Amino acid sequence: MDRYQGLTQRGSGWLHRHSNARLLGLLSLPAAWLVLAYLGALAAMLLAAFWSTNDFTGAIEHTTTLTNFTALVTQPVYRTIAVRSLEVAVLVTVVDAVVAMPMAYFMAKVASPRTRRLLVVAVLTPLWASYLVKAYAWRVMLANGGVVDWLLAPFGMHGPGYGLPATVLTLSYLWLPFMVLPLYAGLERIPDTLLEASADQGARAGRTFRSIVLPLLYPALFAGALFTFSLSLGDYITVKIVGGATQLASNVIYDNITTGGNLPFAAAAAFFPILVMVVFLVGARRTGALDEL
Amino acid sequence: MNGRPRTLAVMSGLLGTLLLAAGCGSSSGSGSNNSNKAAPAVPKVPVQQTVGAGEGQLDLVNWAGYAEDGTNDKTVDWVHPFEKATGCKINEKIGNTSDEMVTLMKSGQYDGVSASGDATLRLVYGGDVAPVNTALVANYATIQPFLKDRPWNSVNGQMYGIPHGWGANLLMYNSSSVTPAPTSWAAVFDASSPYKGKVTAYDSPIYIADAALYLKATKPDLKITNPYALDKTQLAAAVDLLKAQRKNVGEYWADYTKEVQAFESKNSVIGTTWQVIANLVTTDKKVGVQAITPKEGTTGWSDTWMIAAKAKHPNCMYKWMNWITSAKVNAQVAEWFGEAPAQSLACAETADKGFCTTYHAADKVYSDAIAYWTTPTTHCLDGRGNICTDYTAWTQAWTDIKG
Repeated sequence: MDRYQGLTQRGSGWLHRHSNARLLGLLSLPAAWLVLAYLGALAAMLLAAFWSTNDFTGAIEHTTTLTNFTALVTQPVYRTIAVRSLEVAVLVTVVDAVVAMPMAYFMAKVASPRTRRLLVVAVLTPLWASYLVKAYAWRVMLANGGVVDWLLAPFGMHGPGYGLPATVLTLSYLWLPFMVLPLYAGLERIPDTLLEASADQGARAGRTFRSIVLPLLYPALFAGALFTFSLSLGDYITVKIVGGATQLASNVIYDNITTGGNLPFAAAAAFFPILVMVVFLVGARRTGALDEL
Repeated sequence: MNGRPRTLAVMSGLLGTLLLAAGCGSSSGSGSNNSNKAAPAVPKVPVQQTVGAGEGQLDLVNWAGYAEDGTNDKTVDWVHPFEKATGCKINEKIGNTSDEMVTLMKSGQYDGVSASGDATLRLVYGGDVAPVNTALVANYATIQPFLKDRPWNSVNGQMYGIPHGWGANLLMYNSSSVTPAPTSWAAVFDASSPYKGKVTAYDSPIYIADAALYLKATKPDLKITNPYALDKTQLAAAVDLLKAQRKNVGEYWADYTKEVQAFESKNSVIGTTWQVIANLVTTDKKVGVQAITPKEGTTGWSDTWMIAAKAKHPNCMYKWMNWITSAKVNAQVAEWFGEAPAQSLACAETADKGFCTTYHAADKVYSDAIAYWTTPTTHCLDGRGNICTDYTAWTQAWTDIKG
């Protein structure tokens, strides 16, 4: 009994003196998980991008080649799709930011605590419903003679039908909570006194928003944008349901796996969203948005 | 604050290393040239010799409507009787395209598949399916003779499956919106502009063959003999036709329920279809549709039940292959799906006595006129040599067409 106690004491003493060993012991297991299961799988996939498939049987041939990348870079269709995907991701982010800002502001600064709680629940509730149910709901609503057409009919207008606008609309709806919540949290952290001080100095609401709220809210806005942008960039199901005949970058990946059975080409195509996200994060770091996160 | 930039540096470093590794290897790997290779040898997979007791479970990959258990229509159920008779519980996975089926079968999780001709040979040469011992399938004897030992279901005289049924890809249109009634595929190609935004097409590279079939009839200069054997010029012509069609396409369909819904909401009014989809739209009675065989002829399918090379429940699969080709069940599935049954005795069992006449089930000449889905290969199917475009080229062309 004593011996064990002594051993434990000596061990903990040793660990206390050697802080590096302590850190290693604490982090080795999660780090192994991150490196092996997460980054390892990613690396294996990216390595596959340099392989090719047999034309006939579709079996993967493990010879290194750059043909997949050459095809992706030289064929204009992939550039068109890449640009379109970026546009969709940016548009969805902008739409969500514009819609979420007044909502979050109302929740954080105007509503009573009771209403605030109800509003948070209201924002969160759609997240409990299945993604597919929501996307198909939009398919039904946007159908010929559906709810959207019916709502716009009195104004002599017509719904957008299936296509790119429908995709942006549906994606904006789907990812809106991911923008509202960070903005709400960010706005809550801004003390009311700052806004009052600004008003005391004679600034109107617009001026206060531009000079006080927006700069302080920047990290929160970035956090929300990170969600909406990356989720939109990776989406391939919504566009299949409401996108009509359009395809996005992730459809190229998906189609090459399920339709073409061409895993290496799909892996090569997966470089695009990864590179975009790296550029996005580096750009965000330059502007300082990551510092306060 | 310090950790993040480092993570980014690590990530970009990882990417850089990968790119570098590939750059070094590319010079040595560029020697692989597949275009002049003859068809590879068939992998040797043992043939089952006896059928024992069922394993209690059966995992299938099949076309929609091939394994009905009464959920779509209470009277349409041949899965429960099979489960009762054999004790094999069926897990059904619907494949929307042949490509999806090949991918699913490559996962090794399924016992069998209802493969069309554009999937069968890929599965055979990929070693994913086993040869079938037809002596163990009693109902094979009375299968229509013109479906046995065909290039899409056998190799060197060895059957790789049991024929299930066959049919044509039809032209479906909304009879109130589309006037006059079309008689030609031109309605979805050269003359599709009146239906701009409401044309639909099958979302698979194999649909290129539909365009090639139309060009075969309308552009004799191209000298297309087989819509699955296209050289570069012929493929380019088909791609141009499909790119022009793309301007009028509202959406492509692969999921059959999507086409049903699109026609019922009038988001689509004309496009290629299967008989089963026309039947479902007609049953729902929301819109009136017609499905016809245009004058240029049609592409079509001839399906074969194949057993996986590493099937976990081979006995159940053999029992299923015999069950689905038995006269009564084959008649049921053929009537539900809207195709010609492979079983010759099925014609006596159909509810509609004229069914087999309508579908030309025993008509070899009619059957031979359909351009059945086949995997395009560099080695031309019409015997012109190694100048044709393969399925990989078709897949990339398909992405290009959709734009």
